[in-house]
Amino acid sequence: MNWYDDMLLVRRFEEKCAQLYGMGRIMGFCHLYNGQEAVSTGAIKAAITADDYVITAYRDHGPAISKGVDPRKILAELLGKYTGTTKGKGGSMHIFDREKNFLGGHAIVGGHIPIAAGVGFAIKYRREKKVCLCFLGDGATNIGAFHEGLNLVGLWKLPVIYIIENNKYGMGTAVERASAVDELHKKALAYNIRSEVVDGMDVLEVYKKVKAAADRAKETYEPALLEIETYRFRGHSMSDPVHGHYRSKEEVEKRKQSDPILLFADTLKEEGMATDQDFEDAEKRIKKIVEECVEFTENSPEPPIEELWKDVYFERNGA
Amino acid sequence: MAIVSLREAINQAIDEEMARDERVFLMGEEVASYQGAYKVSQGLLQKWGPMRILDTPIAEAGFAGLGVGAAMVGLRPIVEFMTWNFSLVAYDQIVNNAAKMLSMSGGNFHVPIVFRGPGGAAHGLGATHSQALESIYAHIPGLKVVMPSTCKDAKGLLKTSIRDDNPIVFIESEVMYGDKGEIPDGEYTIPLGVGEVKKTGSDVTIVSWSKILAYVVWKAVDALQEELNISIEVIDPRTIKPMDYDLIVESVKKTNRLVIVEEGWPFAGVGAQISHEVSSRAFDYLDAPVERVTQEDVPLPYAHELEVRSLPSVDKIRAAVKKVLYRD
Repeated sequence: MNWYDDMLLVRRFEEKCAQLYGMGRIMGFCHLYNGQEAVSTGAIKAAITADDYVITAYRDHGPAISKGVDPRKILAELLGKYTGTTKGKGGSMHIFDREKNFLGGHAIVGGHIPIAAGVGFAIKYRREKKVCLCFLGDGATNIGAFHEGLNLVGLWKLPVIYIIENNKYGMGTAVERASAVDELHKKALAYNIRSEVVDGMDVLEVYKKVKAAADRAKETYEPALLEIETYRFRGHSMSDPVHGHYRSKEEVEKRKQSDPILLFADTLKEEGMATDQDFEDAEKRIKKIVEECVEFTENSPEPPIEELWKDVYFERNGA
Repeated sequence: MAIVSLREAINQAIDEEMARDERVFLMGEEVASYQGAYKVSQGLLQKWGPMRILDTPIAEAGFAGLGVGAAMVGLRPIVEFMTWNFSLVAYDQIVNNAAKMLSMSGGNFHVPIVFRGPGGAAHGLGATHSQALESIYAHIPGLKVVMPSTCKDAKGLLKTSIRDDNPIVFIESEVMYGDKGEIPDGEYTIPLGVGEVKKTGSDVTIVSWSKILAYVVWKAVDALQEELNISIEVIDPRTIKPMDYDLIVESVKKTNRLVIVEEGWPFAGVGAQISHEVSSRAFDYLDAPVERVTQEDVPLPYAHELEVRSLPSVDKIRAAVKKVLYRD
């Protein structure tokens, strides 16, 4: 039920975000994770530890929650509050938490892929047994930084697991309309990196595959690339319609039949690990957490104006 | 005092800081086996081994970004660009990731990294290989920009840059690597943001830095002092950002005339910024409008005559100095 709670929290959290965005409380771009919950829960919550690193792109609320970032601080960040993850400086696309080893939240497509290589480099440099999970979208596999980052990781054997969250569309452009190779995992072949395709609607499958790759990387520094097939149930960002011209309503409805949360609930029931009552209890628990997020945020102050000039340059206090 | 070349001064700074702090490492194209495209890293691979002196593929975005990631989790990379021209393909990494990380992460992650290599024109390298990019990088909040004009300054400033907790753009000059100069014996550092009066004078202040100061301004000063019977004060800010405005303003209050000489293009150049600051803080002291000498506002051509005509020269400095003295 731990994993189930994590998935449900991400779902209900995003629904609250959608509501607050609709009310004009959240500004800017806001990319929701609905439909992709099995990826962040299976890969982060389940397969790695607190010492391991996670870095992702702008659809970052789900991965942040699964990494243990306080959801109250995430919501506060979305509303530009001083208690937010980055004191209101980053917003939805730039969630960071040093204590949780959550390295962002990056909004230039593909720009964070070499950063992950550097985290892997530091792990190897210090001979640590850690791994860095780097999440990216299908669209990011077409930009130069992806290829330069993967080449370095493959060349120097760095403990990085690249996870392509293939949700079929880079904004409104289908994978096969943007990439000469539509089986994206094959791109790893060019960099001598082991790769695999994973069913991203099945949290157990995601857990198993990521765990195996992460454990191997911690022992041998061997990198991997996993193409996790998933689907987003909402538009690219809150500014976009759920389907629009690029995909049909029928396609979205059909995909919703394989909702990762419902599928996992079925599995838990079939295995006799949970009852309907348990799911009802879970809804109540999560509802309470989301309510706490809202309450925390509403009671939080705006950043003081002096904050504008802080954190531009790093200065050690007395060191 | 010892006499060393600029490449030796830089090499010493890297070597000493690597000995001082095991988190420091150097990577870039040809820095290891080849011993450096300009031999700056000569001997370092043999001394420090392949985990700390790393040859990279030709992938500036990749290895600049790798450096940012390593810095975020506690290492202190020195990233060499074979020339700063190639940094343009890593611009996203320097600007969006290195410079903004501390602010955008609300203080969660700082990025102690030095990006270094030669900038500016050499001879006959054409438009893509001859760029003075300091004003572009100085424009970005979060970056510090350092440009030494002497061996002594290069070593002291680079050591400070490596110890700094922020991303540093450290721009050298490839034509100066073989030039020799005195450096103090033993350990020394030079703070960032502190300029130096390289020569005192009373009639005109010239502000300039890096190769243009070393190669063009000093020649002009020698010629013009005699020719015009004047005394010129020369200020080297050494750090473009933060800029030591106080030093310049104080000098202008004494000489009442200012000429700024830089290798970069005129529009939104570093000199424009200095000129504004001086106008704002010392307007009543100025006896003439501030003059600037820059490269012509064109991509630098290959042909020798055109290249020379485009860059700052003694003739252009003479014209500017005469203008602020109303002797043109």
